[in-house]
Amino acid sequence: MRGSGERQDGAAWVLVSPALLLIGVFFVLPVIAGFLLSLTDFDIYAIGDPRVMRVVGLGNYHQILTDGDFWIAFRNTMVYVVLGVPLSVAASLGAALLVNAQRLRAKGLFRVVFFTPVVTTLVAVAIVWRYLYHPKFGLLNWGLSHLGLPTADWLGDPHWAMPAILLLSVWKNFGYNMLIFVAGLQSVPQELYEAADLDGAGAWQRFRHITLPGLRPAMLFVTVMTVLGNFQLFAEPYVMTQGGPLRSTVSLVMLMYEQGFRWWRMGRAAAIAFVLFALMLGATLLQIRTQRERST
Amino acid sequence: MRATRRGRGVRAGVALSALALASLSCAHASAPVHLRFWAMGREGEVVTDLVRDFERENPGIKVEVQQIPWSAAHEKLLTAYVGRSMPDVFQLGNTWISEFAALRALAPLGRNLAASAVLHASSYFPGIWATNQIDGVLYGIPWYVDTRVLFYRRDLLARAGVRVMPATWDAWRAAMVAVCRDQGPGHYAIFLPTNEWPQPMILGMQAGARMLVDDDTRADFESPEFRRAFHFYIGLFRDGLAPPVSNNQIANMYQEFARGGFAMVITGPWNIGEFRRRLPLELAGAWGTAPLPGPAGPGLSMAGGSSLAVLRETRHPAEAWKLVEYLSRPEQQVRFYHLSGDLPARVEAWRDTSFTHDPLTLAFGDQLQRTAPWPKVPEWEEISIRLQDQVERAVRGATTPDSALAALDRDVDRMLEKRRWLRARGRLAAETAGAR
Repeated sequence: MRGSGERQDGAAWVLVSPALLLIGVFFVLPVIAGFLLSLTDFDIYAIGDPRVMRVVGLGNYHQILTDGDFWIAFRNTMVYVVLGVPLSVAASLGAALLVNAQRLRAKGLFRVVFFTPVVTTLVAVAIVWRYLYHPKFGLLNWGLSHLGLPTADWLGDPHWAMPAILLLSVWKNFGYNMLIFVAGLQSVPQELYEAADLDGAGAWQRFRHITLPGLRPAMLFVTVMTVLGNFQLFAEPYVMTQGGPLRSTVSLVMLMYEQGFRWWRMGRAAAIAFVLFALMLGATLLQIRTQRERST
Repeated sequence: MRATRRGRGVRAGVALSALALASLSCAHASAPVHLRFWAMGREGEVVTDLVRDFERENPGIKVEVQQIPWSAAHEKLLTAYVGRSMPDVFQLGNTWISEFAALRALAPLGRNLAASAVLHASSYFPGIWATNQIDGVLYGIPWYVDTRVLFYRRDLLARAGVRVMPATWDAWRAAMVAVCRDQGPGHYAIFLPTNEWPQPMILGMQAGARMLVDDDTRADFESPEFRRAFHFYIGLFRDGLAPPVSNNQIANMYQEFARGGFAMVITGPWNIGEFRRRLPLELAGAWGTAPLPGPAGPGLSMAGGSSLAVLRETRHPAEAWKLVEYLSRPEQQVRFYHLSGDLPARVEAWRDTSFTHDPLTLAFGDQLQRTAPWPKVPEWEEISIRLQDQVERAVRGATTPDSALAALDRDVDRMLEKRRWLRARGRLAAETAGAR
């Protein structure tokens, strides 16, 4: 009995070993190497002559946390997460409800239209949006001025640059979450709605007490993934503003990129990566915990 | 590679008759050397014309040109170095030479130069040539030179009563005030993009600021010289002579210049061609170029430009040098100028009538007599961005000029910590000596 169990264990190890090996080589080892790197000041001088690399312990972390630039990037990223996630989730949920509505015709067409931005190249999208945001000739300011509203220099004003990027990325990405919500909506049993109808529940009550609880797994997945995605903001500001004006659109990943691949401070960049990892891990644990509390 | 190709050819030849044998002998005779050549931005675009003629002249060499965008050039070269995928020949901004020499990426070229019938040190602007020598070792051949001068609307300045371009800061400023008064609101005297660092740096160099001191291990932006230049620069925005906008914010610099939105701009030689192409025809005689004014009389400008460098570990050093020589011939330099607008590094090329008869490039020729390089440290890329950030902050009123400079010194000193450590251990000199 015991012997066969051991044999089974052995077989299991053989079966999972290719996967473990791959994870080890391509994930665990690089993460360990990255962490060790974050304890050194590996930089341009060390590339030329490895002997001038110094082990600085937690020095990089200390430098980062006392550097004004890091906190600017941190604040920008948090603004992007805190404003962007609810906006993005609301937009995708709204779109999902719309394209899933029973009375809607040409559902396929709308799904394709809403999903198109997700698969469009960001660089192409960014060029078009730069025209939309143009202070003098942009469509957005044209519309605002026709409505008698004040206009703004969207990408040139430090106050508006981040909201402008936020709007672009919500538009670009909501289609993906919409599909997940559509799948979630279709798994909510139709009988529940019929029963609610018989009980005289209105549209809001049906949404509040049937749709939302039915979507809970999808909601958890979508919010966690969106939070993780938003923490990694990079391509949009890189293409649209290069972090300006006044560094108002520098995100943590962009700071990491600058430190690592522009200034070649690999140690510092690795340390930023681990700070970001800690932030994302914390945020995710918090979310899962609040979701669990709500469901019990 | 070659052996297998021949083997396959023989088998094909036996089976398939004389036709295949003919093609076999062809492939066998040439087996051309493949050179990889990286050039940036516009240069990478137009150099293919020159390279095609080089290949015609040297049938045994095939050159694969790859164009690298300027904005990513530095990191691309560094990543290529680390990944051991550097090209055999490459364009290198001349302020990056010390850095890549320190990395031991560049082949010393002194011996090639001594043996060359085409190239002589005496045919280059001395200031520019010096930027290619690290501790007496030559690492690059200047390809084109770059400096900044003033482009201005002659008609607008004349209307404001300015007939001769001023040579001193005071007269320059007075001219700007006159233009603004004449043009009225919505118009500015000069466009100084808030996201560019060369302009404030040049003014600093003009005032005699060194910016980095103690073997470039300490920042000195708070020196009286730099402070003076910085106050002058920020004052131009504060007094409404320059618009507080970046390059990204202005829709089209050429249209604005044509409209009279501003009457002057400090920019480089590539814009002679752009201005000619993009400005309306009726403005053709209405704009000109002039050397930069200085604190008291004609001022310095920066010694920029690009060099051609050869990879230390290239497998084809002779062919690589041939390409460098070819691109450095005076007639190719003139041709390159016509294609790209980049000013030739060779003095002989300047004797061509395209320059002697062109008042627009004459200002550059004049300015090139007064140039100076900026600090040659690997950290300069990062320092220049900080400088730009602090200028932008001061321009937008987020901080005062003096506290902007204090912040700049503090940040830059932090960046230079490694250099101080290296210097204390005598490794800073070893860094360049080791590259020999």
